[in-house]
Amino acid sequence: MDMNSIIIAAVVVAAVGILAGLLLGIASEKFKVQVDEKEVAVRELLPGNNCGGCGYPGCDGLAAAIAQGKASPSGCPVGGDEIANKIAEIVGGDADAVKMVAYVMCAGDCNKAKDAYEYVGPKDCKIATNAPGAGPKACSYGCMGFGSCVAACQFDAIKIIDGIAVVDKDKCKSCGMCVAECPRHIIKMIPYEAGAVVECNSKDFGKDVKAVCQSGCIGCGICQKNCPEGAITVENFLAKVDYDKCTGCGTCKEKCPVKIIK
Amino acid sequence: MKFTFKGGIHPFEGKELTMDKEVKEYLPKGDMVYPLSQHIGAPAKAVVKKGDRVLVGQLIAEAGGFVSANIHSSVSGTVKAIEPRLTASGSKVNSIVVENDSLYESVEFKGNTKPLDEISKEEILDAIKAAGVVGMGGAGFPTHVKLSPKEPDKIDTIIVNASECEPYLTSDYRRIMDEADKVVGGLRIVLTMFPGAKGIIGIENNKPKAIKLLKEKVAEFDNITVNVLKTKYPEGAERQLIYANTGRYINSKMLPADVGCIVHNVDTVYAIYEAVREGRPLIDRLVTISGDAVKEPCNILTKMGTSYAELIEAAGGFKSTPEKIISGGPMMGKALYSVEVPAMKSTSAILCMSKDEVAEYEESPCIRCGKCVSVCPGRVMPNTLATLVENNNIDEFLKLNGMECCECGCCSYVCPAKRHLTQTIAGARKLVLANNKK
Repeated sequence: MDMNSIIIAAVVVAAVGILAGLLLGIASEKFKVQVDEKEVAVRELLPGNNCGGCGYPGCDGLAAAIAQGKASPSGCPVGGDEIANKIAEIVGGDADAVKMVAYVMCAGDCNKAKDAYEYVGPKDCKIATNAPGAGPKACSYGCMGFGSCVAACQFDAIKIIDGIAVVDKDKCKSCGMCVAECPRHIIKMIPYEAGAVVECNSKDFGKDVKAVCQSGCIGCGICQKNCPEGAITVENFLAKVDYDKCTGCGTCKEKCPVKIIK
Repeated sequence: MKFTFKGGIHPFEGKELTMDKEVKEYLPKGDMVYPLSQHIGAPAKAVVKKGDRVLVGQLIAEAGGFVSANIHSSVSGTVKAIEPRLTASGSKVNSIVVENDSLYESVEFKGNTKPLDEISKEEILDAIKAAGVVGMGGAGFPTHVKLSPKEPDKIDTIIVNASECEPYLTSDYRRIMDEADKVVGGLRIVLTMFPGAKGIIGIENNKPKAIKLLKEKVAEFDNITVNVLKTKYPEGAERQLIYANTGRYINSKMLPADVGCIVHNVDTVYAIYEAVREGRPLIDRLVTISGDAVKEPCNILTKMGTSYAELIEAAGGFKSTPEKIISGGPMMGKALYSVEVPAMKSTSAILCMSKDEVAEYEESPCIRCGKCVSVCPGRVMPNTLATLVENNNIDEFLKLNGMECCECGCCSYVCPAKRHLTQTIAGARKLVLANNKK
């Protein structure tokens, strides 16, 4: 083999390389995908769980929506105040987010609430609601404790304690998955710093509630009468707190005869 | 025609406990409870109020829509309250409570005594509708709706379901043995509404006496035949019955009328006969009280609204403490947690068992033996479906035809790992149906 063919080969390869490099360089400029810098910055701040709690398809979806101004900077329930403020710095606008947490509106654990019968079957709340009386628990509004919410929680924030689900409010990222999963709609979103929580979901008449559970709201209305802010209303024998008005003064907790306001 | 279907099981029958015993008539003592929703469809609307006096056979609630049924009082007395009361389904249903005065003063029943070929279709439908007749096999579908198909000309087969495949139940058998004329008469009334159709009485071959009797009774009618079916559970399930009798197959999205069939239970055709010929509303029915915890198992002619507790007392009470009480058959019935519930139009049996054979075993993992697949009459794979439900994979559940399950319970019955297959699949089906309604 003579020297010439080696040189020719080397030159050809080098030429092809330079040509291809030039073409790629031109193409990358010409066919550049327009990326919103804000969107990239917002995306980097978001937690990246892709939990869907914001209602958008994953964190990418929310980042795009925030960058386009379609969603509020506090759109990510998982990130909370800290991230909302950082996002607000990038895109402008207010981040007046109140941190919300999930709360199981039932305190009828196995010591306080009765079971109507012994249930044999799949340990799944959604399937147990098809059992007679919509589940073995005598109260048809209370937590059955089979843990469909525990399975739905991606943040390990819910535990079954004494037969009812309890949310660890520090671990809760308020994605809302448990709220959607609970077939009895017992889990509600409330402010992290809520001053008063009615730990009951029963819309039954007071006497019927007392018959099946020691810690149920009997709908007496004493809290409603005594609340200085007018933040509590009793509807269908169940007290409800309006968190826009509640100041957390604690009057209702003292006055509640069954001590179910926590 | 092979008169059978693919799959199915042979459970312990237990029918000899009540089969040949005379029917007792029971007159209730306590308050009568009439749930306003004891049929499929819209709840009935009460037409009486607290304090009103009602008579036997008086209309106390009228149909709340086309798919709904009238409800009549089965005793004379005073309306005590209209309030939610516990029913056999386990939930509270708005009900009319009547205090029984034990006088049994009755309104006058006026039947249509014209010869069969002179009665018009409308007259029959009106009589059935007025009498509040619903399917008495268990589902409680209003009969007048079933008899008004979209394309009446296409109906070519009326099937009377006399197979009574659920273990322990003998109320339909007793009805045939005691009132075969009226059962055949009821079928003939239905056949006059569909002149081109032929009548089939489908009965399992474990009831030779009833088969002989029915064959004698239908001998004079060319358009009625008695088909002797293989004894197998669930021979009496609508889809399986149609397949066994006609070879036509329907799925969950179809109605029997789509393949030219209408299926009625024995007790329903009997009620049709009484409604048309005697003008009697549906106020009583046969209920089997059976099981090994009952002193004198028997069939009781029960007035609607009588409490289960009274019926069990009427059958001699408990022999031993029951561990499980079931409303309906052991395969598809519902377990009860209180016997203070009223008998309804769809109450076929009350079974008291001294042993709870379901609670006795722990559920264990699937061993993939495939028994459930081979017995499933709906031709689905219960093992796979149950796993999909456990993993919350409803899309795949639908893809594998989970909705074709008829909740007959064969899979749970044969499962050696004692998995709660039927319950799991039924739960998912109800979720899907509820979501479809939204």
